[in-house]
Amino acid sequence: MNFLRNFGIAIDALLANKLRSGLTMLGIVIGVASVVALLSIGNGVQQSINSQITSIGTNLVTVVPGQVRIAAGPPTNQGIRAPTQTRPLTDADANAIRERVPNLLGVAPELTSNNVTVAFQREKILITARGVTVDYNRVRNLEIAQGRWFDAAEDERASRVAILGSDAADALFGGLNPIGQTIRISNAPFTVIGVTVPVGAGFAGNPDTSVFVPLQTAYRTISNARTATGARRVSVIYISALSSDDIPRVEREVTQVMRQQHAIREGEEDDFTVLTQQQFLSLAGSITGILTLFLGSIAGISLLVGGIGIMNIMLVSVTERTMEIGLRKAVGAKKRTILMQFLVETVTLSLIGGTFGILLGVGAALLVGATGIIATTITLESIVLAVSFSLAVGLFFGIYPANRAANLQPIEAVRYE
Amino acid sequence: MGEFNSTYLTTSPEPQRDDPPIIEAKNLTKVYKMGETEVHALRGVSLRVWKGEMVSVIGQSGSGKSTLLAILGALDVPTSGSYRLDGREVASLNDDQLAEIRNQRIGFVFQKFNLLPRNTALANVALPLAYAGLSNREANRRAAEVLRLVGLGDRLDHRPNQLSGGQQQRVAIARALVNQPSIILADEPTGNLDSATGKEIMELFRTLHRERGITLIIVTHDPNIAAQSERIIRLKDGLIEYAEEVQTA
Ligand SMILES: Nc1ncnc2c1ncn2[C@@H]1O[C@H](COP(=O)(O)OP(=O)(O)OP(=O)(O)O)[C@@H](O)[C@H]1O
Ligand SMILES: [Mg+2]
Repeated sequence: MNFLRNFGIAIDALLANKLRSGLTMLGIVIGVASVVALLSIGNGVQQSINSQITSIGTNLVTVVPGQVRIAAGPPTNQGIRAPTQTRPLTDADANAIRERVPNLLGVAPELTSNNVTVAFQREKILITARGVTVDYNRVRNLEIAQGRWFDAAEDERASRVAILGSDAADALFGGLNPIGQTIRISNAPFTVIGVTVPVGAGFAGNPDTSVFVPLQTAYRTISNARTATGARRVSVIYISALSSDDIPRVEREVTQVMRQQHAIREGEEDDFTVLTQQQFLSLAGSITGILTLFLGSIAGISLLVGGIGIMNIMLVSVTERTMEIGLRKAVGAKKRTILMQFLVETVTLSLIGGTFGILLGVGAALLVGATGIIATTITLESIVLAVSFSLAVGLFFGIYPANRAANLQPIEAVRYE
Repeated sequence: MGEFNSTYLTTSPEPQRDDPPIIEAKNLTKVYKMGETEVHALRGVSLRVWKGEMVSVIGQSGSGKSTLLAILGALDVPTSGSYRLDGREVASLNDDQLAEIRNQRIGFVFQKFNLLPRNTALANVALPLAYAGLSNREANRRAAEVLRLVGLGDRLDHRPNQLSGGQQQRVAIARALVNQPSIILADEPTGNLDSATGKEIMELFRTLHRERGITLIIVTHDPNIAAQSERIIRLKDGLIEYAEEVQTA
């Protein structure tokens, strides 16, 4: 009795009771569809978070003041902790890194001022002003949609030039061309020389709702920001390594330079933190991983319910077909032949259900993705997972009824009405 | 033959043969437990059947005929006693060996035909061949041949519900024959047929018996059918009834 013959018998038995087979299959269809759809939502969220993390800059190493911990561990230890003790970063720190750490794509300090009033004629908005250096757009992957970025000379001269984030430009100018217009930032007049390409909110602030000005200009017009010792303060220093492989070296050397800058003795703890994208990625990965697992298990439960449905129907079917099974055994079917016949039947049922489930799940994922609310990514793994899961469900829940059928005595062929 | 009244049919003596019997049952009992009560369907039946014999088993309803036949066909197991088929103790065989015996050695014909309703006559007859491991083509070829033999060469693609009762029983006989077993057991094969059709079926059995030397055991209620066989075994309350005095009457 080969597999093909068993398959034929299985198809025949399933077709004999189309409505019932269809309803039984529906459980698996819904289960598999929800596995595929929910996993693709989980994966989509994971991907969009990852792309946000990588969009904040290429091979980025970030120095922030104070001790900040990023840890992926038990929920209580997770997340970004508030700085414990703060000693501000200065532009001297940024210069020291630039001079003493070789082979960098760029070093870009930023002085962040939140809730700065930016006005154009009667239009007034409160946004974040970022005093930055010429390297900044390269380090942070900012592209210019219109106009240009400022140059080194403009930074040195503290020119009153400004580059607007895309949302800020929209809010102030509507349809108008902002280039060349004069805006007021904290009441000081600036000329708009550029608008950035929208990137969306990321981990390090949202460039779209920011205005960028040269750092030296920011010191003069927006925030004097001197430390107790009179040094010029910066909020954060972004450093771009040449390649991702180089990030550990950059992290190490930046730490060294910073410790020297801040005169930290051996054994003492850092009063700053060097963050890498890897840390963000692994943190985000562990959070979204939990999300995906959670969604997957919910879907898995519905698949399990579908499996129980299959088992239930197969048990009914075995009882109903006692005469048939007895007869098959009476004319020479072996135990394992009957076992295989019924297993093939449940597996066929669950695999056909699985196929429809994948189609439905992919459709649902595409539909959810099309709404734009949640990103969805259909991965091959989730489909393979769903197929093997439904196969496993078919096998697992098929074994018991099939075993029951296989153990029926041939005498049942005569006895059973 | 032919003028027998059922009361005159009694257990016949065994034939005097030198070769070993192919069926040898000793002290078979079968007890059905139904909750507290026990039904003793067989209470110590011993019989021997030799190759090429045609035996009928008669007896009142409930006397244990079907129970005995199922045990002889390896469809059921006795509660106690010994059953040797071709000299082999059936109780000692494993499931696969039993399946092979049902497939190869014994053809069983049921009172209610027991055909698979969704399969054609051809597929029903080919079923034992499929379990014997034959290819589809070969199985269908041989099944068609046997269906022609039982006179259904033009009904290969009919389903059971498209066949008359007699035709269905012919399909069932073809199924029992298809693996060329040496023994055919039939439990009231004409019980669900009118007398004319029953005669036809019996004619078929007798032809098979005569021309192929098949050993036949037929359970029946019909004295005319029993009278056609070479030997009669009469059961009463789970035992073989020997009634010498009636035989002489
Ligand atoms: N599965 C069973 N469970 C309980 N008792 C049974 C079972 N099968 C048969 N019996 C009992 O065993 C006895 C013998 O039954 P059996 O079917 O062998 O009789 P029979 O001679 O074939 O009768 P009939 O001529 O009506 O077919 C009967 O009393 C019957 O009630
Ligand atoms: Mg009976």
